[in-house]
Amino acid sequence: MPIHEKSLIRPENLETHESLVLDDVDVSGHWSTFISPRVVTDYNEALEDEIAALPGGQNIHRCWQCGSCTNACTVNALNPDFNPRFWIYLVRMGMEEELLRDKEIIWQCVSCHKCTTVCPRDVEPEGVMKAMAHWLELKGHQATSPSSHFDDVFSEQVIETGKIEEGRIVRDFFRRTGQPLMQDWLVEMIKRLIRHLPVTLLARMGLATLVRPRTRAWGPARAAIQDYVAEERVRQRAALGLDGEPGSARPGLPDAAE
Amino acid sequence: MDQKYRRVAYYPGCALEGSGHAYNRSTKAVGKALGLDLVEVKNWNCCGAMEVKNIDPKLQTYLSSRVMSIAANDMGFDTVMAPCNGCYHNLKKAEHDLGQDPESRAVAERLSSKAGHKTYEAGQIETIHALDWIKDAIGEDGIRTRVKNSLAGLKIANYYGCMYTRPRHIFPEKDQGADSESTSDPHFMDDILAAAGAEIVSFPLKTACCGGAHTLSDSDTSTKLVLNILKAAELAGADVIATECPTCHSGLEMHQIRAEKVFGERTGVKILYFTQLLGLALGLTPRKVGVQENISDPMELLKEKALA
Repeated sequence: MPIHEKSLIRPENLETHESLVLDDVDVSGHWSTFISPRVVTDYNEALEDEIAALPGGQNIHRCWQCGSCTNACTVNALNPDFNPRFWIYLVRMGMEEELLRDKEIIWQCVSCHKCTTVCPRDVEPEGVMKAMAHWLELKGHQATSPSSHFDDVFSEQVIETGKIEEGRIVRDFFRRTGQPLMQDWLVEMIKRLIRHLPVTLLARMGLATLVRPRTRAWGPARAAIQDYVAEERVRQRAALGLDGEPGSARPGLPDAAE
Repeated sequence: MDQKYRRVAYYPGCALEGSGHAYNRSTKAVGKALGLDLVEVKNWNCCGAMEVKNIDPKLQTYLSSRVMSIAANDMGFDTVMAPCNGCYHNLKKAEHDLGQDPESRAVAERLSSKAGHKTYEAGQIETIHALDWIKDAIGEDGIRTRVKNSLAGLKIANYYGCMYTRPRHIFPEKDQGADSESTSDPHFMDDILAAAGAEIVSFPLKTACCGGAHTLSDSDTSTKLVLNILKAAELAGADVIATECPTCHSGLEMHQIRAEKVFGERTGVKILYFTQLLGLALGLTPRKVGVQENISDPMELLKEKALA
């Protein structure tokens, strides 16, 4: 497989020798570097199927490791450790322990869809990234990420009323992630925003926080969506070999905590 | 010019009733000034934005399909105009998935019938962006003849963001020759604002990502991405970044302030919706196009350029 942009060998597994004599032959300069040998016992051969069972992950098997996704990636340009091509490789090889080394950054995909646009194999890597991030959370390897909290807060509102109200999203998100609402830059933004606003608009914005915007007669849609989401969650957990009881509350469901 | 978009169903979406209110106001004002008919989709719902698909893509497809079903089956329209890139993208994505993926269709059928409305069938609606709407219904020549207050002397960098062009496969009408929009180098906003008299600067980051999906959940990443865009626009000599999406627009405005407050990086480029700029060129007052709602206060610049 052509792997150009990231070495599969971690630096701590490289054994280099200043001068090396093997079987009485000085091989210095020719064979001075070795990879630490190991017996691999931690392959998870189901890993690719598990990712493929989660929303967005279904096309992972098509990947031929060209690296176009990583080459195009917005987040990779900020952090070279963010490497979709490499993670897809690890998943397809079943190298779960290796994947877990990057568990804290996988959720940072910004969904710009550059990877999906350039992918010559229709892998839809953006979806695969979301599937990996969910897998880490469902398996308990990683706490719910800020991104997943945001998705939950947002989707709960959509399922509840058919629409969202941005002020409520911001408040709920900061509360759920334990952050103070009064962030310096937010306060400054609001100051600049209200400097020129007419009173009528301010009143309308205030009203929206009291009277939530909602889609009329949404009840039947809400019930149908809640049933569907609950069924999908059971299916996903089963595909990952987890029991029926969810570890964390997911949106819009009757048993959601809080 | 067939001008088939002179009367369309209008889907403003949630952001245009909140942080993107100036975009809603200026879109309607421009439509009125140009004699175009916008009929709001009745009792619409959220399209799912960039979040619901992460819970379940097929649920997002259903949400978007309900909007199109109302426009087609209850209101008799064949075109929906969505000014928000997120809404536009999701309706296009739903159209694609309902046409190609039987599982998505099955979920949409199940949810639609339980929710008590007709299932949307792929092909009933053509979803267009506000840029397609202006480009087709009025066109550059139409704009030139209607300009009362030319944008001459205003240097504009046009910023299109991600969802207007990516992924390419959900926009089959793009990249179809000279008259169509390009996914790699979109130009409809350039064309429209150039016709309004503006000087369009060469802007390499027109489809770069502002990190809008993680604007609050990974703010440092968003601030870095926005700062790249703001600096590139300034480097290109722009006075203004023109936007065509409420999430991009508020992302640029929010993180311009955050870059200042958290990274100590100050940028002075102003951010305006393309409909605000077009409205000013058509002779509307700054108030009519909601300029007082912009955070990056452009009034001084507009006065200097005799636009206010």
